[in-house]
Amino acid sequence: MALSYDDVMAKYEPVLGLEVHVELNTESKMFCSCSTTFGGEPNTQTCPVCLALPGALPVVNAKAIESTIKIGLALNCQIAPYSRFARKNYFYPDMPKNFQISQYDEPICFDGFVDVEIETDEGPKQFRIEIERVHMEEDTGKSLHVGGATGRIHGAEYSLLDYNRAGIPLVEIVTKIVPGTGKYAPEVAKAYVAELRDILRGLKVSDVKMEQGSLRCDANVSLRLIGSDVLGTRSETKNVNSLRSVERAIRGEMIRHAELLNGGKKVKQETRHFQEDTGLTRSGRSKEQAEDYRYFPEPDLVPVAPAAAWIEELRAQQPERPSLRRKRLKEQWAVPDKEMAAMINADVLDIVEETVLLGAEPTKARTWWLGEISRLANEKDVAIADLSITPKDVADIVALVAAGELTDKLARQVVEGVIAGEGTPSEVVAKRGIKVVNDDGALMAAIEKVCAEQAETADKVRAGHVPAAGALIGAVMKETKGQADAARVRELLLKHLGQG
Amino acid sequence: MIKNTAAQMSAALEKGETTSVELTKLHLDRISDVDNKVKAFLHVDGESALKQAAAVDADRASGKKLDPLAGVPLALKDVLAQEGVPTTAGSKILQGWKPPYDSSVVTKLKAAGVVILGKTNMDEFAMGSSTENSGYGPTFNPWDLTRTPGGSSGGSAAAVSAFEAPLAIGSDTGGSIRQPAALTGIVGVRPTYGAVSRYGLIAYSSSLDQAGPFGRTVLDAAMLHEVIAGHDPRDATSINAPVPAVVAAAKSGDVKGLKIGVIKQLQGDGYQIGVQARFNESLDILSSLGAQIVQVDCPSFEYALAAYYLIAPSECSSNLARFDAMRYGLRTGDNDGASAETVMNATREAGFGREVKRRIILGTYALSSGYYDAYYGSAQKIRTLIIEDYKKAFVQADVLVSPTSPITAFKIGEKSEDPIAMYLADVATIPVNLAGICGMSLPAGLADEDNLPVGFQIMAPAMQDQRLYQVGAGLEAALVSKWGGYLISKAPALGGAK
Repeated sequence: MALSYDDVMAKYEPVLGLEVHVELNTESKMFCSCSTTFGGEPNTQTCPVCLALPGALPVVNAKAIESTIKIGLALNCQIAPYSRFARKNYFYPDMPKNFQISQYDEPICFDGFVDVEIETDEGPKQFRIEIERVHMEEDTGKSLHVGGATGRIHGAEYSLLDYNRAGIPLVEIVTKIVPGTGKYAPEVAKAYVAELRDILRGLKVSDVKMEQGSLRCDANVSLRLIGSDVLGTRSETKNVNSLRSVERAIRGEMIRHAELLNGGKKVKQETRHFQEDTGLTRSGRSKEQAEDYRYFPEPDLVPVAPAAAWIEELRAQQPERPSLRRKRLKEQWAVPDKEMAAMINADVLDIVEETVLLGAEPTKARTWWLGEISRLANEKDVAIADLSITPKDVADIVALVAAGELTDKLARQVVEGVIAGEGTPSEVVAKRGIKVVNDDGALMAAIEKVCAEQAETADKVRAGHVPAAGALIGAVMKETKGQADAARVRELLLKHLGQG
Repeated sequence: MIKNTAAQMSAALEKGETTSVELTKLHLDRISDVDNKVKAFLHVDGESALKQAAAVDADRASGKKLDPLAGVPLALKDVLAQEGVPTTAGSKILQGWKPPYDSSVVTKLKAAGVVILGKTNMDEFAMGSSTENSGYGPTFNPWDLTRTPGGSSGGSAAAVSAFEAPLAIGSDTGGSIRQPAALTGIVGVRPTYGAVSRYGLIAYSSSLDQAGPFGRTVLDAAMLHEVIAGHDPRDATSINAPVPAVVAAAKSGDVKGLKIGVIKQLQGDGYQIGVQARFNESLDILSSLGAQIVQVDCPSFEYALAAYYLIAPSECSSNLARFDAMRYGLRTGDNDGASAETVMNATREAGFGREVKRRIILGTYALSSGYYDAYYGSAQKIRTLIIEDYKKAFVQADVLVSPTSPITAFKIGEKSEDPIAMYLADVATIPVNLAGICGMSLPAGLADEDNLPVGFQIMAPAMQDQRLYQVGAGLEAALVSKWGGYLISKAPALGGAK
């Protein structure tokens, strides 16, 4: 019954469509001056406008328009000289006006593209994702369903409404359909969202935190028989809250669709919700009866008509494209392909660069972040960015090693201490009493002690079986609480046992 | 004193012949004497009116520089939010709601020291031409209490006409200031769209709504116009330009050499004989004052009413969606674990009146996919054609004129069961709204057949509001001297007048 991914690919071709919602990081909301700060007491960041009190009117946040134009330019879009807001009408308790101010047939940015590169069986390959439109809209409030077992509306006793989020500026980025990715569809989708995130971060227009919902991806997937040019029925998966989930959700949907189609069943056009724990999606709202939003131009707002000179000014201020930046860093740091891919995959490029800018040697900086620190993050099951160690800490540690004040092994203890919240690297060194034992006399005393305790092993080494020295070196290191330089210990030990 | 004009009251206050407190008391007395017959007010706030009046008197005593209308009382249409004062827009769905904020019009009135007596009755959400659609019962025309005062700002018009207030604020989406002004024998102005902030004006049809002044004279209306107009950053459609010099125009009244265009499509068939007679007489007067009368053709006006009854319901179907029982106003059916959807439906069923429901359904239909182009889309095209007609007409004439309403005040109940007949009451006023320009209605006399007031409508291009006042004042001066006093001084007594 359960199909393998290869089975799916033998028969079908996936077609993708991705909608990404980005919360802009403007200080005030899209249509009023309320604060956008995350996490305030419920309903404290509201006013007549975002509560839709009778008579209140929206006024467009100019900063949000600027941010949206910046995004459009970064995505190689056309910027409309004239665009309009429209009302999207539907009733929902957490939407105060019972319509959302959005853009419909006249988006502010349209016809762009993003190129992404992924590793394929034939080496790195570029895919072009075409952008249909980038438009502005406002977020809704939040409903909290209380009393049910699941936190969902079904079975809840009552619901609470928080309108703090109502009216936060959102930008929606919609791709055209993406065919031709074949079996790489999940990777291409992930790479696209990652690229978008990097572009938005570079533009400084959003926090782009998928976990907090400031970047949200809806993934549309459909399958068609290989060779067919008729599109299959799509499902739209919401709630995809991490890059890894983008990949998993799409892969899972492809298999689910194929199983339905192979069984002679139809794929339902519907919204589905991704579930992080199982990696599966569950059915949401059916979209078979297309909802009629009765869009019409928002009469309370005037059209957006950005001056051409302003657009050119914003174009001139565009930061370096993430793809170009990666290329530059790869060359500057002389990183092999595989290592570069590993850094991108682990999402440490920014921190490594910061660490290098603080004076660390690139290879060292990369090794720390990708190695020991990544390992500790995995162990604690948190994102690297959420660890309390900073690029400055790592740069300091690299400097201490270079100065001979720490060995690599001692440095790992310092990293651990910093992450445990014991302070800066020098504070950890001081508190833990970490220091390199450079005193040969102290080392010799330890060596003699160990050789006496493990006379048999020592004899083997004396007899010329040098690999056996490893155990003795380990014991000496233990004896000196790891504060010795292992290379020096080895040198002294072998000499002591007549092998130097 | 209460039969004086606002300008006269202003002068008396300035000279110290009266105080605002005294003036306010006189009006509150008048309201308690006659409003049980007229029913112009939904809410009278005597206490805070007197408090406001006392504050103005104190300011005046301290020698503070005051606005000309400081201390003069006013009636406010219930469509405008006033902080802490019940605001219902004539609807049961907002019963008991007290806004936590002031509309921009109210902010400006308060800043000018205008004393707000209370909130006036209106057709629910400004949908209607008779004030019979109010959720709180009709208002009666002071000229004949068996007749309507027009609408939707019927309460405001009746208050001014019945001497309950010298000034009032109305709102005009399809004629809701001009038509009741015509039917009650007073002056009403719909300013250019965007001239007066809509912030805090409970929306009926956002692209058509505009608040404006009622007064007994052209000058009174101009003085109030200057108080409430001006750019407001809280309304994105507010025009950022200086307010036209309407008071100066109202004081001049010189029409010599002006070209006055008579719109062919807004007269003749369907216009009551006495209405047409007073209109023609007014044209003769303007001509005798040195204006040049020309005929203009506006062929698209034939479709204006149809376009209006697609655009306004479409916008209202969306604007009124917020009345959902979730955050304010009426809530019914909230029991036994009823879902939000059930509560919304029950509340909207109970809270909205028939005409409001009719327009919501009409608009929802007109915007639905598959019908949008045929209805809303076509209506917008007609709107463009009407704008073009006006453009061409304003090349030929400085102002355009027509009767304000094809008929005089009609009987209560006469049209309330026939929406189309009711809609026709606004046939001459609606084109102004669709084009976003400005219009005035001023009294032209009484129709011979029923002795009821007839309104004369003047229209001017956007932000040329001063032309309305210039021509209106010229005509008014000639008519008043002919009549030997303002038209409403000829109205039958309601009793209780002092």
